[in-house]
Amino acid sequence: MAQTVQATKNIKQFLGETGELSYFAGRFFKEFLKPPFELKELLRQCYQLGNRSLVLVLFTGFIIGLVLTLQSRPTLIQFGAVSMMPNMVGISIVREIGPVITALICAGRIASGIGAELGSMRVTEQIDAMEVSGTNPFKYLVVTRILAATLMLPILVVFGDLVALYGSALVENLKGNVSFQLYFNTVFDALSYGDLVPATIKSFFFGFVIGLVGCFKGYYSKKGTAGVGIAANTAVVVASLLVFLVDFIAVFVSDIFYEL
Amino acid sequence: MEPTENIAVQTASVDQKKVVIDIRGLRKSFGENHVLNGFNMRLYEGENLVVMGKSGSGKSVMIKCLVGLMQPDSGYIEVLGKEIKTLDRETLDVLRSDIGFLFQGSALYDSMTVRENLEFPLRRHKEKIGQTGSTESRVLEALENVGLAHTVDLMPEELSGGMKRRIALARTIILKPKIILYDEPTSGLDPITSKEIIELMRSIQKKYRTSALIITHDVDCARVVSERMILLVDGTNYAEGTYLQLSSSEDPKVEAFFKK
Ligand SMILES: Nc1ncnc2c1ncn2[C@@H]1O[C@H](COP(=O)(O)OP(=O)(O)O)[C@@H](O)[C@H]1O
Ligand SMILES: [Mg+2]
Repeated sequence: MAQTVQATKNIKQFLGETGELSYFAGRFFKEFLKPPFELKELLRQCYQLGNRSLVLVLFTGFIIGLVLTLQSRPTLIQFGAVSMMPNMVGISIVREIGPVITALICAGRIASGIGAELGSMRVTEQIDAMEVSGTNPFKYLVVTRILAATLMLPILVVFGDLVALYGSALVENLKGNVSFQLYFNTVFDALSYGDLVPATIKSFFFGFVIGLVGCFKGYYSKKGTAGVGIAANTAVVVASLLVFLVDFIAVFVSDIFYEL
Repeated sequence: MEPTENIAVQTASVDQKKVVIDIRGLRKSFGENHVLNGFNMRLYEGENLVVMGKSGSGKSVMIKCLVGLMQPDSGYIEVLGKEIKTLDRETLDVLRSDIGFLFQGSALYDSMTVRENLEFPLRRHKEKIGQTGSTESRVLEALENVGLAHTVDLMPEELSGGMKRRIALARTIILKPKIILYDEPTSGLDPITSKEIIELMRSIQKKYRTSALIITHDVDCARVVSERMILLVDGTNYAEGTYLQLSSSEDPKVEAFFKK
């Protein structure tokens, strides 16, 4: 009985939160079309978001490329197909692993950063101070951050992909005597627009949900310093879950296009 | 001879004085928590009014309703002749530029320098600078008023609590408001720094002839700055008078404020 009550409460809270998040997203689209545009702040945010996560993305990408190649080598050799390595690694990185890993890192780094930053601004009344001094804080803080995340994620994904491919090429170069030029030529021959376009579109959406969730959690942070921690924490969890959800939908949709 | 004259002048002027803030029957609840239950208040032009109440009694809620940061459940609020509820965003912004708001925890933007903090209210209210003035001179004038011109390029984290409060005060007066709302101007400060802040409040009022609404639970602050006081008890304006009148009252709820 008590469990049913708890479950109903959780479901209600989940539905309520989903509704609020959708409303928040709607407000973003309404406000970002109306002047004044906070261009300077947008650029500053783009720089900050990129700066905050680039090193992590590069590092992780490199390791992933390295490990993926090292681990697939024995199996490919068994089948006599080790020359297919660039095709296999290239396609899996560009289509799936690169965007998802980059998005998860950014969910940890960017969504929590935005959640904590806006949360502490809410708690210390900085958002109220903006509001009374004539600047719309939703435009100045939220719209710029969501846009910056949406624009920067695809760029970070490109960097992550390139470094992952470099890691893979390094293994092939050391273990299989494949030149870097041959490796990259094979990768780019194997890739088609059907791989690149869906991956890029998907990355924009990843960036959007990461920025959206980070801002939502921070902007409505509860009073007190505990509220800031909760905002940062739940931002990471919700953003990561949404990244997987978006990925699932993206794969589903692009699958339909392949069938045509 | 002279004192009598003074009193005569004062009473005469109170009768004719313009009402700059008029609150009638203000109610606000958060769920079951009925914070304000019909609060009434009038602020006259040029006066220093202190609203005193225990912490958690709804003082901050009351001034947030005044500037439209919170929507009251019911009641009438008029500031400088305009009813807050009826204003659209633009008119409200113009009105807000005539109201300075000093927040409880200073609320300086911690990602900006002192200069950027002070420039922030000016970015949407360029018309307030006038044709001859410049942003720079305005910033320096405000900083000189609080004796901190040398901190112009520092970050808020490099300042002490008292300096932060003074910078916040400079930011509050940079648009030369007609009314200043102080939310616990001395809270979290040591007695000496509190005295400095109170001195500044008085000198600013003399220099710019503003009307001031001061919200506090600090009896010493109330004694020094108030010309008139209202006690906020149980969500209503429980008692009203000068410091002397109230501090000699025999009502137990009023006495409780002045007991050492
Ligand atoms: N945004 C809010 N949501 C829910 N309750 C609030 C909110 N803001 C204030 N309260 C409640 O209103 C009451 C009065 O708060 P406040 O006006 O901040 O007190 P104070 O007189 O110390 O400034 C408190 O009980 C507080 O918990
Ligand atoms: Mg308060």
